[in-house]
Amino acid sequence: MNKKALLMQGNEACVRGALYAGMRFYSGYPITPSTEIAEMSAVLLPTVGGAFIQMEDEIGGIAAAIGASIAGKKAMTATSGPGFTLKMENLGYAVMSEIPLVIVDVQRGGPSTGLPTQSSQADVMQTKWGSHGDNSLIVLSPNSVTETFYLTVEAFNLAEKYRTPVVILTDEVIGHAREKIILPEPGEIEIFDRLPPLEDRPYRPFGVEEGDKVPRFAAFGTGYRYNITGLYHNESGFPSNSQENAKLMLERIHNKLKDEEIIKYEKYQMEDAEYVFLAFGSTSRSAVAAVNELRAEGYKVGLFRPITIWPSPEKAIDEIASKVEGICVAEMNLGQYVLEVERIAAGRTKVSHLGRANGDILRPEEFVNHAKEYFNER
Amino acid sequence: MSDRSKLVDKYFRTENLPHIWCPGCSHGITTRAIVKAIDDLGLNPENVVIVSGIGCSSRAAGYLNFNTLHTTHGRALAYATGIKVSNPKLDVIVITGDGDASAIGGNHLIHACRRNIDLTVIVFNNSIYGMTGGQYSPTTPHEAFGTTAPYGNIDRAFDLVKLVEGAGATYVARGTAYHALQLTNYIKKAITHKGLSVVEAVSSCPTYYGRRNKLGDAVAMIQWMKDTFVEKRAYERLDEEQRIGKFPFGEFVNIEAPEYTDKLYQMINEVEARHEAGV
Repeated sequence: MNKKALLMQGNEACVRGALYAGMRFYSGYPITPSTEIAEMSAVLLPTVGGAFIQMEDEIGGIAAAIGASIAGKKAMTATSGPGFTLKMENLGYAVMSEIPLVIVDVQRGGPSTGLPTQSSQADVMQTKWGSHGDNSLIVLSPNSVTETFYLTVEAFNLAEKYRTPVVILTDEVIGHAREKIILPEPGEIEIFDRLPPLEDRPYRPFGVEEGDKVPRFAAFGTGYRYNITGLYHNESGFPSNSQENAKLMLERIHNKLKDEEIIKYEKYQMEDAEYVFLAFGSTSRSAVAAVNELRAEGYKVGLFRPITIWPSPEKAIDEIASKVEGICVAEMNLGQYVLEVERIAAGRTKVSHLGRANGDILRPEEFVNHAKEYFNER
Repeated sequence: MSDRSKLVDKYFRTENLPHIWCPGCSHGITTRAIVKAIDDLGLNPENVVIVSGIGCSSRAAGYLNFNTLHTTHGRALAYATGIKVSNPKLDVIVITGDGDASAIGGNHLIHACRRNIDLTVIVFNNSIYGMTGGQYSPTTPHEAFGTTAPYGNIDRAFDLVKLVEGAGATYVARGTAYHALQLTNYIKKAITHKGLSVVEAVSSCPTYYGRRNKLGDAVAMIQWMKDTFVEKRAYERLDEEQRIGKFPFGEFVNIEAPEYTDKLYQMINEVEARHEAGV
């Protein structure tokens, strides 16, 4: 069958991916530059029997989506910086109560209202540490319209498989860019649905059955009456003040995401690279151009692109740090993910930062100049 | 054990009792009224969802053997909205307190009323933040005392009935812990009502509100409800002077209006059919 190439915006690709993965509920609040995700969801969800609801605020947007997931629907909400900040408490709730959920953050310039129509990558630490407590969740970063589609499908699959909120961390450039995309046919990508309770034993809403990664999920109204709370809880879901229980529970939620299956990254020209750019999202596009230009001039440079931002691709970065002379972490902020890379590199290689937070993308020549400075000083 | 209410054995998670409420707290009376209403109506417990926020009242959810969701502070109605939209056949009851519903959750409250989504909201109004130890709430009377109103409350209080009526709720009633039978009836009608229903359940907090405001013990506070609250129709017959120091209880709104999930699924079904027909 001949597949038709389409011209599509990143934000629309996100909605198309969500529907492909089985999204049947969207709730959110309008905010630039993510609004097209709400608009497209409003148009398309009813065509497949799904519900769109515009809530009264950002907090209601995530809360209703969590409620929908508890009632058994695959649910998504999308936002940008200021709205993402407002969603933090309930993001933590979804972590704690292990509710599958997809949250899209189309980054714009901050802090505060910042630069609503311009790009940034300054929410990267907030995705991991923005909600109080020791948060564990999955964050994925696409660098193209096509990848936005595929990673949105992946985000739903991971949310269902690991009973966790998954953040799709995109940015204004990726969200608003229009690129060619060829959509997969139904059935081409495997779709994962949360596992229902086993019928041969009593249901333990927050107990893990042998061979499973996470507790099985009973949607409300399917005959399993139990309690869900954001408090530390026992296997039945009832609040518990026991410190022993709290320790076990937090460790389980934390450890369930230490699964190498979750980690995705891409390497470009890395085989003999002496110097490596580490970049994600739209910034990685400029990095590819810079690598090509530098390689043409004989410089042995490469690109490592984390696709899974959190948990960070620790093993892969660790391996790079032990091999190369320098790593340049490039990101549209004043230095965030570089801290994670420095932590992993632990002084074994020179880690530098290339970044700006003025709404403008990092340009290939900035990468080239940054690398040449390194090679000249060598 | 044998002399306890059959309702406890039938609907409570007895393994999670005793509850956390202070001696003399009236939340147990209101919780019983909810359970009695569910029992009287013969609702299928598998389809009953109780969503609560944060605070003393919101702890009720965990004790009840239904589908129970204890959410974040103020957000119960937003979670409940997602549940109801996703599965309209569920009977979704929201248990919330005065602070949870009308302070931190005020926005969700008025917008749920505006949508007229088929949820039943029971506000346990004890005029104080009990869980955190007695701070003034949006329903603490003017000049009353709280730990954060040590010199008397300068705020003016919400009248929750008027608030939700103005926001568009289509069933609104006020009961009290003293008038427990009537309270049960209002809750029954609220659950049966198609649309957003609010029942304000006037409650007593002897530990924090009563003590600080020198209102006597738990019994005295319930007696105060008996002496102060007058059934709405009788209240309306009182002249202005007789109304001083009295409050009405009863049904304030009971009207029919298009319900949100009905309208939503009507639209979804039409769009889906058109889409499938290729129109």
